[in-house]
Order: sequence, then structure tokens, then C-alpha cells
Amino acid sequence: MKAAVIVSPGSNCDRDVQVALRQSAGSDPIMHWHADADLPDVDLIVVPGGFSYGDYLRAGALAAQSPVIREVVARANKGVPVLGICNGFQILTECGLLPGVLMRNAGLKFICRDVDLRVEAADTVFTSDYVNRQIIRIPVAHNEGNYFADDETLNRLDDENRVAFRYCCPEGEVRAAANPNGAARNIAGILNEGRNVLGMMPHPERLADALLGGTDGRPMFDGLVEALATAA
Amino acid sequence: MKARIHITLKNGVLDPQGKATEHALGGLGFGGINDARQGKYIELDLAENDPVKARDTVEAMCQKLLANTVIENYEIDLDE
Repeated sequence: MKAAVIVSPGSNCDRDVQVALRQSAGSDPIMHWHADADLPDVDLIVVPGGFSYGDYLRAGALAAQSPVIREVVARANKGVPVLGICNGFQILTECGLLPGVLMRNAGLKFICRDVDLRVEAADTVFTSDYVNRQIIRIPVAHNEGNYFADDETLNRLDDENRVAFRYCCPEGEVRAAANPNGAARNIAGILNEGRNVLGMMPHPERLADALLGGTDGRPMFDGLVEALATAA
Repeated sequence: MKARIHITLKNGVLDPQGKATEHALGGLGFGGINDARQGKYIELDLAENDPVKARDTVEAMCQKLLANTVIENYEIDLDE
């Protein structure tokens, strides 16, 4: 599997993703600079976390206009899997690949801690190594993770089973108390219509190695490698 | 020509910053605030002198980048 990680000025999780992909795929992804529109042919594109362009204007808004993101949109529309994590999720909503927007956390504080997530859609290339209703624990680290969309969009996401992860209690119950940032319907990650684009606020790459205290993020990368190896 | 753009959160979109500011003002003894909403102000100095063309361009800028119309409204004032 050949993967590319998009690097913008201010990305800071690009190398964590690189390490996680190397561990699962056995080979290094291409680290692709944002200003270079000439993206090589790859099986997977990851838009990593960080503070692209210093979060100026709105989180992800400026990166969404960079030359490579136009190409990422074109590839996604052709079916290439695109994973956006944290700032990557913000960029994917700003460029229109995913609906809605990530607003300032309801509590106005930057949140950096492990959260429990319930897997809601295990039928994608990103989540095939998880099972539906599985509870996983991985970290969030964000100031704008408060997912917002109008009711019509939220209903559509639910009806089409496009919510991939929801914030939940350790026992798996989706409750307001388990919602770290005020996100509508406890949404932590969503899919596009074609289910080849996933945006999520939590960071699977940060808990993909036992040395770091947990491996609940690893199945995402293992699953991608398995799914995309058979596809190729 | 100058374009002055006010970007505000749409009605119904929660504005925790505005709420916090409202509470802080209350704490300072300023009463009678029914609501506080926080937005953005952007000023552009344009080479264009035709107000119709300028408005069209700034409108496109707002749609494409300056505002996120999922949650924000914008208002354009041209200094002619």
C-alpha cells in the first residue's frame, strides 16, 4: 500500500502518522508538502493534525485552499480513501469533502486527554479491524472539535449510517456527560457519502504503539493496510 | 475602495465566547445585557473602483473563504 501524508506549515502530527503507517504497512508513506499540487498516485491520503496556517481565520480554512487540497478533493471524488485527523477533519469540512463544521469547544478550553469512543460504522476501509459497538480509547487534543451541522444534515448522517465514531462513557453509553466538546449528537467522526472519506477529531496515531500506553488506534492503520492491499 | 466585512454567527448557533463575555460584563456590574454575540471584522483595501464589481468580488471572497456559511453570516459595506 502506498500512502501520502499531507504536510502543511503548522502540521504537527504528520510524523506520528508516518510512524503509525510505517509500523502497519512496513514501508514509509510519502510526506507531501502542501504547496506541491503534483501529488503522486497513492492508495491512501492522510491529512494529519496540527495547526495549519496557525488556525488563522478559522481552523483549517486556509489549508483547505492550498493547491494540494484541490487535488485531494479530486482524488477523493474518484474514490481514493482520505483520512483527516483533528485539524485534518477541520480541513476536510472546510474544503467541502465532509458536511458541517468544527466549532470552538463548548467549554472554551483546549482539551487534551484520552476519550472513549463507540465504533458506529465498522464497514469502511478505515474501520474494518474494529467491530460495531466496540469501545476504544484514544486521545483528543483540540480547541475546535465541537461538530455542528443543521438538523437535516445530522439526520442524513444518521440515516445513512455515516457517523463513524461517537464519544461515549467507558461502558459505551452515548451520553451528554461523555461529550468533551459539545459536538452535536456526540459525533467524533463522520464519513462522506461514498464512505471513502473519514474525518475524526480523536488521534488514532497517538495510541498505536504499546510503548505509548495503548494500541486502540492501531487497528485503523492495520485495517487500512489490509483493505488496500487486497484492493491493489 | 475599502470593503468592510462583518462576519457574525447565525442565529441559533451557540456562541460560548459571547456568553462568557456577557457573564464577565455582568460580573463587572454592567447590567441589562440581553445577549452578547462575538464576530469578526475584516477590512480590505481594493484596487477596484467600480462598486458593483467590487461587491461581486468581495461577495465571492466571503462565499469562498472569509465566512463559513454553515454557521456564519456576512455583511459587506463599501466605502465609495
